[in-house]
Amino acid sequence: MSSITDIQNEIIEEFSILGDDKESTIFYIMELGEQLPDFPEAERKEENIIKGCQSKVWLIAQEEGYNIRFLADSNTDITKGLISLLIRVLSGRTPKEIWEADLFFIDKIGMGNIIGSQRSNGLAAMIKQMKLYALAYQTKQNT
Amino acid sequence: MSLNIEKIRSMFPVLHQEVHGRPLIYFDNAATTQKPKSVIDALSRYYEFDNANIHRGAHALADRATRYFENTRESIRDFINAREEAEIIFTKGTTESINLVAATFGRKFIHKGDEILISTMEHHSNIVPWQMLCEEKEAILKVIPITEEGEIIWESFLQLLTEKTKLVSIVHASNALGTINPIKNIVAKAHEVGAKVLIDGAQSTSHLDINVQELDCDFLAFSAHKLYGPTGLGVLYGKREVLEIMPPYQGGGEMIKEVSFENTTFNEIPFKFEAGTPNIGDVIAFKKSLDFIKEIGKSDIKSHEDDLLQYAANGLNEIKGFIPVGTAKEKVSVISFNIQGMHPFDVGMMLDAKGIAVRTGHHCTQPLMQRFGLEGTVRASFAVYNSKSEIDQLVESVARIAKIKNK
Repeated sequence: MSSITDIQNEIIEEFSILGDDKESTIFYIMELGEQLPDFPEAERKEENIIKGCQSKVWLIAQEEGYNIRFLADSNTDITKGLISLLIRVLSGRTPKEIWEADLFFIDKIGMGNIIGSQRSNGLAAMIKQMKLYALAYQTKQNT
Repeated sequence: MSLNIEKIRSMFPVLHQEVHGRPLIYFDNAATTQKPKSVIDALSRYYEFDNANIHRGAHALADRATRYFENTRESIRDFINAREEAEIIFTKGTTESINLVAATFGRKFIHKGDEILISTMEHHSNIVPWQMLCEEKEAILKVIPITEEGEIIWESFLQLLTEKTKLVSIVHASNALGTINPIKNIVAKAHEVGAKVLIDGAQSTSHLDINVQELDCDFLAFSAHKLYGPTGLGVLYGKREVLEIMPPYQGGGEMIKEVSFENTTFNEIPFKFEAGTPNIGDVIAFKKSLDFIKEIGKSDIKSHEDDLLQYAANGLNEIKGFIPVGTAKEKVSVISFNIQGMHPFDVGMMLDAKGIAVRTGHHCTQPLMQRFGLEGTVRASFAVYNSKSEIDQLVESVARIAKIKNK
């Protein structure tokens, strides 16, 4: 499996092909969202909703050996695309890798300018929640 | 007469810029309108040459600032055809104007078991102040239901209106749907049972001719910034006889006649309701907004905006997956809609990518959204400086976006 850094570089490369056209970039993000695996209906509940997002985002984490697998969904297509990027980078990693990950691709592709401040705050809330899951599992694995 | 839109646009500096590499198309006018250069210049001129605190100043600058400040009050009186300037109170905005009535008229005249009547299409600012008052006074808030098209159900209004109703507080034009309510008839009916009427004119004053004497409303609340004027400034019109029996709003300077530690007597209206140093610069600049509207003429503004509304509706209704929200017969230039299978946030962001500014979400009308079973809508709202070629681009962009999920 490629490293977190390699995958982020891949994403940066993909976005650089899109150039400065904001509309095509958004369309691309939405297409990424379509590739998200189905989210289990039973988990679509209040306690799995991430606070701080304008649109609804459900996120759960599952243990796979020493690694964490994330499953997520949203009621908006653009947000689904953003989640799929985060999952691509962070899912299937160890809690330590996730906790320590420096997600440089977000600034590098200028995500703030593409999605605006409201959604950037939502994106930050998603990352925070993923890292909190990682921290919880790390603590569990160490005890 | 058709307006020279290019000439009007040239008066608005902000419109001449690119957003994401495309010319800005500003369709978020129901949130706030842009300001003509004359307003911006008046504001900076005030701070460059005339800045002084108003009333009671014994010097030339104070005298000049006071005169300009009071000139705006006179312009507002003329704008809504109030009987006298004393009936015009400056506030921070529509929200504060409504809160002022709740805190003064409401505190004094609403009692246990009394009823306040609002409609389903109210902005939160015309819901929450009354909820707070009702909770404090053990009064009851009643809500007039609306039809699927977004119009008040008249029979329900008549049923809800009783001897217990002390106040009807209702929006003139809905910010989320555009619906124009039949306020003249509402006022007349409410007065028959002895209720006072407050009209939320935030969305109507820039589009419709307002004549408070003809409407016979007791209060009218509106904001300067939706009228091509500065933000942070609003107006409460109240009939003299009602304002006079209302207690003051906030305590402080300006609102008093005489103060001793034992007793304070209050100033006359409107000053009784204007404690503290007001927003002088913005008040003075606001006169230029009213001059701008007067110069073009309300009826020409309305027919231009009606024309834009019809043109946009014709184009958008052709699009597969386009779902209009609010199709009342009488509307101001607001189009609320959704696209089948898409979230309004996503639609708004894709329009922004094309330089088109719209608003998405619940528009501070969550109970209204619940009525329609919606999380929110996309709202395009037009002003006097918008053009048909801009609407062509909106229609083209919405069509392209709708195609993603509606092939």
